[in-house]
Amino acid sequence: MNVLTDNFPLYAEGFLGTVELTVFSSALALALGLVMASFRVAPVAPLRAFGTAWVMVLRNTPLTLLFFAVLLGLPRFGLVLPFQLFAVLALGCYTSAFICEAIRSGINTVPTGQGEAARSLGMTFGQTLGAIVLPQAFRSVIPPIGSTLIALAKNSAIAGSFSVTELLGTYKSLGELGYSAIWSFVWIAVGYLVITLAISGIFNVLESRYGVAR
Amino acid sequence: MAVEPLIELRDVNKHYGPVHVLKDISLTVGRGEVVVVIGPSGSGKSTLCRTINRLEPVDSGTITLAGRPLPEEGRELARLRAEVGMVFQSFNLFAHKTVLANVSLAQIKVRGRGREEADRRSRELLERVGLLAHAEKYPAQLSGGQQQRVAIARALAMDPQALLFDEPTSALDPEMINEVLEVMRQLARDGMTMVVVTHEMGFARSAANRVVFMADGRIVEDRSPEEFFTAPESERARDFLSKILKH
Repeated sequence: MNVLTDNFPLYAEGFLGTVELTVFSSALALALGLVMASFRVAPVAPLRAFGTAWVMVLRNTPLTLLFFAVLLGLPRFGLVLPFQLFAVLALGCYTSAFICEAIRSGINTVPTGQGEAARSLGMTFGQTLGAIVLPQAFRSVIPPIGSTLIALAKNSAIAGSFSVTELLGTYKSLGELGYSAIWSFVWIAVGYLVITLAISGIFNVLESRYGVAR
Repeated sequence: MAVEPLIELRDVNKHYGPVHVLKDISLTVGRGEVVVVIGPSGSGKSTLCRTINRLEPVDSGTITLAGRPLPEEGRELARLRAEVGMVFQSFNLFAHKTVLANVSLAQIKVRGRGREEADRRSRELLERVGLLAHAEKYPAQLSGGQQQRVAIARALAMDPQALLFDEPTSALDPEMINEVLEVMRQLARDGMTMVVVTHEMGFARSAANRVVFMADGRIVEDRSPEEFFTAPESERARDFLSKILKH
């Protein structure tokens, strides 16, 4: 029980590390996912191909492998960044593939007539997507995006193996200090629960506010 | 009629997979003309209507609007579409916007009008179709006939040179058909260029300058409503009319 109270600064540091990874990676994933979803429904064939390739490669690569590729691969091309930033890149790009598909499924729920009406009025592809299709798709993509971001929060644990400070990684230090592994992990699990339940909470609020009225 | 041609289709062909839906279609619509397209279902009349603003691209042939050929998908085409309003069978009002916003949106985004100016114009048009009182409602709160009148107001808000109607009354309850047809008759009287795909023979008789009869992807007859309804030339048209005019 006193694992937490004795080592609160250590836990707090790990917890903050995970929160930071989650927040920054989510922002990157949402932004990239939206761009890629737009690409996948664009009238320009090369953009569609790029979006499809992006999803195919990132969604089908194990996340750990992606971390290796980013953290070991990019420095070889002269790109040296802090490990935390590399971790955000890897997590954000990986998750963007899932966000993209969630948004695209939302776009598919909007009747085609909505887009046709907008186009027949002379609206461009960007205007049609931004003003007509996405606002209506938004309602139905809230739940799957919530799930994807919860998965992202938990996936961030992988960054701990690449010398990034985050919650799961604290167990090593605690183990070296001789604390019971079980209680160390219980408190780590509670830390993750706080983060994932917070994400659930945010998305529940969004859903009750913007969700499809039935 | 010696009027300036506004819409011209020449030798237009279109396939859906193995199905040849438009076969060598040539059609000219003059400025101010009302052309009603009728025919059995599957005859390609809706497709024909949708090719005019390139919601359906064609395989071959040319389509010109006011002498300019339809451009490829992109900004150029968007500009041209703003000149040709379209009214759909299923209304297609923007479900997440109020009636007023539905009519104002494209004026703001495409015509670059300010919100106040756009809303003022929208209210004028809603008044004209008799729906000003419903301006703040959402489409789902209106009846089908009311939604379709809003859709007509929305198309008119762009000050288009022509209007396309793709079976505008086919999804309506019988008692609501007339309120929509009345708005369309008024537009015809005001000199709007219109291409109307419909099954409303009464409207064709009373408002059309020409009736185009389509069957199996071809234009079979293209004549005045008077001639067409009293003495159709083709066997196909006689057969069609005998089926629908009996009751």
